[in-house]
Amino acid sequence: MSYRPPQELADEAIELVSKIEKPLSPRDRLAIPVQEMPTQDPAVRRTNMDEVALGYTLEEARLEAERCLQCKTAPCVAGCPVGIDIPGFIKAIAEEDNKRAIDIIKQSSLLPAVCGRVCPQETQCQAPCTVGKSLKSVDKAVSIGRLERYVADWERDVHGMQPLSTKPDTGKKVGIIGTGPAGLTVAVDVRREGHQVVLFEAFHKPGGVMVYGIPEFRLPKAIVQKEIDALVEMGCELRANYVVGRTRKIPDLLKEDGFDALFIASGAGLPRFMNLEGENLVGVYSANEYLTRSNLMRAYDRARSATPISESKKVAVFGGGNVAMDAARTAVRLGASEVHLIYRRTEVEMPARVEEVAHAKEEGVIFHLLQNPKRILGDAQQHVTHIECLRYELGEPDDSGRRRPIEIKGSEFEMEVDTVIVAIGNNSNPLIRQTTPGLETNQWGNIVVDENGKTSIDRIYAGGDIVLGAATVILAMGEGRKAAAAINTMLAQ
Amino acid sequence: MNRIIEKRKLSETVFWMRVDAPLIAQERKAGQFIILQVDDYFGERIPLTIADADSTNGTITLIFQAVGATTIRLSEMDVGEEIAALVGPLGTPTHIEKFGTVVCVGGGIGVAPLYPIAQALKAAGNKLIVIMGARNAELLILEEEMRAIADELIICTDDGSAGRKGLVTAPLKELCELSEKPDLAVAIGPPIMMKFCAETTRPYDVHTLVSLNTIMIDGTGMCGGCRVTVGGETKFVCVDGPEFDGHLVDFENMMNRLNSYKKQEQDHVCRLTNKIEEGAK
Repeated sequence: MSYRPPQELADEAIELVSKIEKPLSPRDRLAIPVQEMPTQDPAVRRTNMDEVALGYTLEEARLEAERCLQCKTAPCVAGCPVGIDIPGFIKAIAEEDNKRAIDIIKQSSLLPAVCGRVCPQETQCQAPCTVGKSLKSVDKAVSIGRLERYVADWERDVHGMQPLSTKPDTGKKVGIIGTGPAGLTVAVDVRREGHQVVLFEAFHKPGGVMVYGIPEFRLPKAIVQKEIDALVEMGCELRANYVVGRTRKIPDLLKEDGFDALFIASGAGLPRFMNLEGENLVGVYSANEYLTRSNLMRAYDRARSATPISESKKVAVFGGGNVAMDAARTAVRLGASEVHLIYRRTEVEMPARVEEVAHAKEEGVIFHLLQNPKRILGDAQQHVTHIECLRYELGEPDDSGRRRPIEIKGSEFEMEVDTVIVAIGNNSNPLIRQTTPGLETNQWGNIVVDENGKTSIDRIYAGGDIVLGAATVILAMGEGRKAAAAINTMLAQ
Repeated sequence: MNRIIEKRKLSETVFWMRVDAPLIAQERKAGQFIILQVDDYFGERIPLTIADADSTNGTITLIFQAVGATTIRLSEMDVGEEIAALVGPLGTPTHIEKFGTVVCVGGGIGVAPLYPIAQALKAAGNKLIVIMGARNAELLILEEEMRAIADELIICTDDGSAGRKGLVTAPLKELCELSEKPDLAVAIGPPIMMKFCAETTRPYDVHTLVSLNTIMIDGTGMCGGCRVTVGGETKFVCVDGPEFDGHLVDFENMMNRLNSYKKQEQDHVCRLTNKIEEGAK
């Protein structure tokens, strides 16, 4: 698919909208072309940190909304982890009632501007879409995520976000540990009921993975900040630079500081390494470190940021998830002349979103599939100079249902690189587990919760990646809503 | 929050600051550190050891050498100003018990993190021998404080301007050679000093703790930038440390990793100093 400039897409949409004659039959709807997401030109965006996807115009959103068949069975809703009334909000967009559309979304989702951008829709709501099925491609499903983003952006930029109303003070106090998607969701739902809410954040800026991990070009920080501002406006208190487990321990918060309930949403922040020879050489990063330096610490702004980052020429990224794509695309923007992404399976098995893979390729990231690093080599000063890789082939399916990669003996080869980014996932951070006696965790260190998000300790709930292992924003939000409801019920008793 | 209450200059480049941080003052234990930023937008996060704390007044004491972009700017801040971000206490506290005779070796600015550990070891009933080293008499810090708690204090300077002329490893070796060798050594200072202290005690099989000050961002285990090789395994200084068995630390690798950004840091400090000079004109 070749790049099409936003103006061309917009003009085409204007023309098509003018030709729409109501009422539309299902056949007419299926004939409307999928509205492509307008993006920055790949050649230009390689050199800036600005958002890649620019969002639909009014006409593009209208057309895309008209593609929806309004199925009675609404298979899309079943595919959404928080059960948004998808046909409902899409119908509102088609009727040019954006306010009604955003109100419908907000009954179920609290972070639509974020989810519209980073949700893996192609495996969730868009996967069972009847339009996609009829046209025999999930790529041709109704672009639910893009429409969600469209109305969320409309609300923020045009209509103005309305502060959520809160019930009168109950005198109860809830502490929320972590300000990522799960924490923010619980904060809103609990504060609405009139409880006092205090959010604890270990970093100097709130937002969790949405701020330190996901890059600006995929999720602008200003959008996350708006969500935080809205929380503060509702009366939530934010305490940054506060590491629960160190600055204060969980038992102290409950026993001495007067918290009636706590919600742990500390995330999956403990980077996994591969135990490769040379993994501690200079120039080897975890994706967490690389992205945190660039995003949270603004190392991409080399002239102004005090936090340095490698001035890399040739970069190798290990992994095939969204984080690997984020790291590779960040390396491109930081000026690397070659960025190699090394993944031991094929593109079909890649956990990254299709869109992220496509964007990475457009930006010049070089994909090496069915290859895996064996060791990292360095010079006398222990700076990375090469990696040694092995070639793989696919064997029988493994426990995950994906075909197991098997190494081809003697297929070693070397690749010259000066920077390596390991992006093979995260384990759960042990800090809270180690400092909270009686808190039950599983063999991976994730906190064990019941169906309401309650942990093994009364009044302590948990959700997000610390429970799920590394997952997605929307799943974290879904967990959060469940736990918030349980906390509200408990506090009402 | 994080208001500077008191500030002193201990030597040409070493500063002492008492900062308002009630929660940290209350929770901190010997061996722990904080991370701070002088600017929470473009500033970097740097780890500094907590040299002392007063939980009654809610203050912690920081001692630092103005050598990098952040420490230089911190040294220019005045009493009454607030440090933009301060988080802690981080790291695993020192394991304190009665070992018997403990020798604490501090080099240069490393005496600052050593002091609370020495204090705690003394309070636990250990016989405390302190060896302090610096390039010259002017650069010695916390001498009176150490003298007040140590059963024996040995001072070494490179130029002989105070105490013995020579390196801290010489008296350390002598102590190891005694019929009653120390039960524990704690060495904190520049990496090269810690490395040689560990090499000195190794033949005598004296367990030796070192406290590592690596590059860090979050300080909670999230980034792994601080990782070091200890006994062939990768450890995170921020959560597994900062203290490790000095006989197992791969100092070569640690020192190389510390120099990861040497060029960029020099450039940054140059820009900063130029700006200050321009401002002064």
